[in-house]
Amino acid sequence: MMKILMLGWELPPHNSGGLGVACLNMARALAKYGADIDFVVPYSAKHPNTSFMHIIAATHLDPIARYGGAYESTKILEQLIPTANKTQYVSIRDVQHLYCDFIQEFLKEHHPDVVHAHDWLTFEAGVIAKKQFALPLIAHVHATEFDRAGAHSGNPLIHEVEQEGLIAADRIIAVSEATKRIIHENYHIPLNKIEVVYNSLDESYNNSIYRFEDATYSYLEQMKAAGYTIVSTVGRFTIQKGLHNLLHAAALAIHQNPKLLFILAGDGEERNELIKLSAELGISKNVIFTGFIRGKRLRDIYSLSDIFVMSSVSEPFGLTALEAAHHGDALILTKQSGVSEIIWSAMKYDYWDERKLADEILSIADNQALRETLQTNVKQEYCKISWDQVAKKCMKIYNNVKHKRN
Amino acid sequence: MRAICLYLHIHQPVRYREYSIFDVGNSHNYYDDDYYGRQSNERIFRKVTDKSYRPMLQLLENNINQHPNFKLSLSITGTWLDQAEKWAPELIAQIKRLVETGQVEIVGETYYHSLAFFYHREEFEKQVRLHAIKIQSLFGVTPKVFRNTELAYNDELAKWADEAGYRGILAEGWDKVLGWRSPNHVYRPHNCSNLKLLLKNYRLSDDIAFRFSNRSWKEWPLTVPKYQRWVDDDCLRGPLINLFMDFETFGEHQWKDTGIFNFIDTLIPSWLAEYENKFVTVSEACELESPVDEISMPETVTWADTERDLSAWASNSMQYSATKDLYDLRDAVLSSHNPELIRDWRYLTTSDHVYSMCTKYWHDGDVHAYFSAYASPYESFMYYENVIRDLTYRLNKENSTTSSI
Repeated sequence: MMKILMLGWELPPHNSGGLGVACLNMARALAKYGADIDFVVPYSAKHPNTSFMHIIAATHLDPIARYGGAYESTKILEQLIPTANKTQYVSIRDVQHLYCDFIQEFLKEHHPDVVHAHDWLTFEAGVIAKKQFALPLIAHVHATEFDRAGAHSGNPLIHEVEQEGLIAADRIIAVSEATKRIIHENYHIPLNKIEVVYNSLDESYNNSIYRFEDATYSYLEQMKAAGYTIVSTVGRFTIQKGLHNLLHAAALAIHQNPKLLFILAGDGEERNELIKLSAELGISKNVIFTGFIRGKRLRDIYSLSDIFVMSSVSEPFGLTALEAAHHGDALILTKQSGVSEIIWSAMKYDYWDERKLADEILSIADNQALRETLQTNVKQEYCKISWDQVAKKCMKIYNNVKHKRN
Repeated sequence: MRAICLYLHIHQPVRYREYSIFDVGNSHNYYDDDYYGRQSNERIFRKVTDKSYRPMLQLLENNINQHPNFKLSLSITGTWLDQAEKWAPELIAQIKRLVETGQVEIVGETYYHSLAFFYHREEFEKQVRLHAIKIQSLFGVTPKVFRNTELAYNDELAKWADEAGYRGILAEGWDKVLGWRSPNHVYRPHNCSNLKLLLKNYRLSDDIAFRFSNRSWKEWPLTVPKYQRWVDDDCLRGPLINLFMDFETFGEHQWKDTGIFNFIDTLIPSWLAEYENKFVTVSEACELESPVDEISMPETVTWADTERDLSAWASNSMQYSATKDLYDLRDAVLSSHNPELIRDWRYLTTSDHVYSMCTKYWHDGDVHAYFSAYASPYESFMYYENVIRDLTYRLNKENSTTSSI
């Protein structure tokens, strides 16, 4: 039996993004291969349907406290997790220190075979396990500070934590070749220490009883009936997502074909800028901002869309593209996104190449044959990627590091 | 008596560049990419000339001069000749010298390397005629044996070639059609009175064309004695070994450092060293023996992929609609009597274009991806449709000027 200590920062339903979903799916698939998992989170809360592993609370804090006031706007977090208790705010660094203290105590009693740490948030705790308890450490990189900061610089403290964790790790797992390249080029880690393991779609995504109803967005339905092509994108409105380029391309495309509607689903610090830009470009009528949406409302957007664009300047993986593919959208991906490394049935472009993006949108909008071929082929492709394969690869890595140590 | 019929196919498409929707109506330059661009016909042509056409033609000329019994056949597309005239006219002069020795025969086909036979009979016949005229004007000969693009063959094509007066026609020697029969004989196509059918010996051809440099092949490295032993064995099934392959096998698909040039340079004299062996051209092969049997291929057979059918050119909706959009324009294009417009349209009929839109093996990143000039089948289709849009734009414009006069 392989005993795994997983160091995580969030699990559904207390997640703010893809990290928690990825960790949960990975753990579930690993359990099927006989892994005995202790999963540590930095807060106390209930997690339904997780009997395949032991979830351990490192602190008594409320789930909202874990990102402190520093990492993301607290206002957004309040929207995400309504149970937020404002009096409990401590800084994210405080939470990390508490987390490290807990791990130090925990490892005096427990003896895992491998420690698997997810992103910089838990890397310091991972380094303690490695240095003080001589345990093999796997550092799993879902995103680096270079991605979050839009490929330039970033927070120097986070860089330091990332670098230290990556150097200490026995093995690094990157979610794409693009991420592997960043780790190699910016942190000078040898390539042969970094394995690429792609993420997969949330398993509940296929099984859930989602059904599209046209009532949610009756306006969009009407526009579609009138011959409009719906182009959507989903994500945080940050510099990383390349939305300025997307709007410039939209303007070029709308100039040729006014029957295009662009839906920007999400929210973030660039929202007002983007609204202003679409007005300056004279395309406000064709651009719709939905605000932050999740669950069924998000899935309805995917269902209504003909084309999904991932316009990111830097994107470690890009799970939303697989979600959109699941709902039958034709995909346009930047070559800088991890998902474009494994999805072939898609149009691709460099994030700065606005003209090419416009070209691709116009072609798909005008050509039923192109749209259908893209939609059919990507559906056959995305379902080949599974969490089962992720688990298989992780088990192999665990065995290697464990074996090396013995 | 045992004969090798060596037939090499010389072709380069005229690729359309990444022609944007923003070019439509503004620029009618579809085929001249920047020299260093991905679809630069000039750069690609010069590269393949250096790697393959020039050294291989030289090797063939040397052997032709040294061995009066060495013979071969070539099919040369019009799109290749158009480009050679611009960027390597010395190659055309060299081929002319080879033809004049009487040891090299030129095979007939469509000028534009198209699959027009399956979409527009009149256009097909026109392209075959244009090709024959071009061959006559450059080399002073008229093709007597026919091959259709990609060796795409069926009974109907044979019937057409028979009536058009050809002596012979080439096709794939596909097991599913031949059954227990051997490709090493001359056959009579179904329902034909004079036409002979020559079938590619795909095993012995592909040993050279595809497997030669494959190090995971258990027979690697392939030496001349070993290969000649295989040929000897195969001759027990019939006296005629039809080796049909791309000219670019030599130097481009199999690079010089694989030893491919030495291999063929050694094979030719080594084969001729035995008194009962000879080389024949395709016309001579047709006369080698009386047809041993009649062969019928109601379904189209090609030399491509494991399926040996037309699916590499017509299996997804992009390919269907590209082909339909193209041939739908034909009547309007021809009635414009604008030679540039007609030429631009005909360059689009080249089968390589729809081949690059094939998605069958696309995720596997196999030969389709390797031979494509475009980043993906989807991009290829996108630019193709933009060119069609511009052709339509030019036609509409011509019509409006004509009517205003």
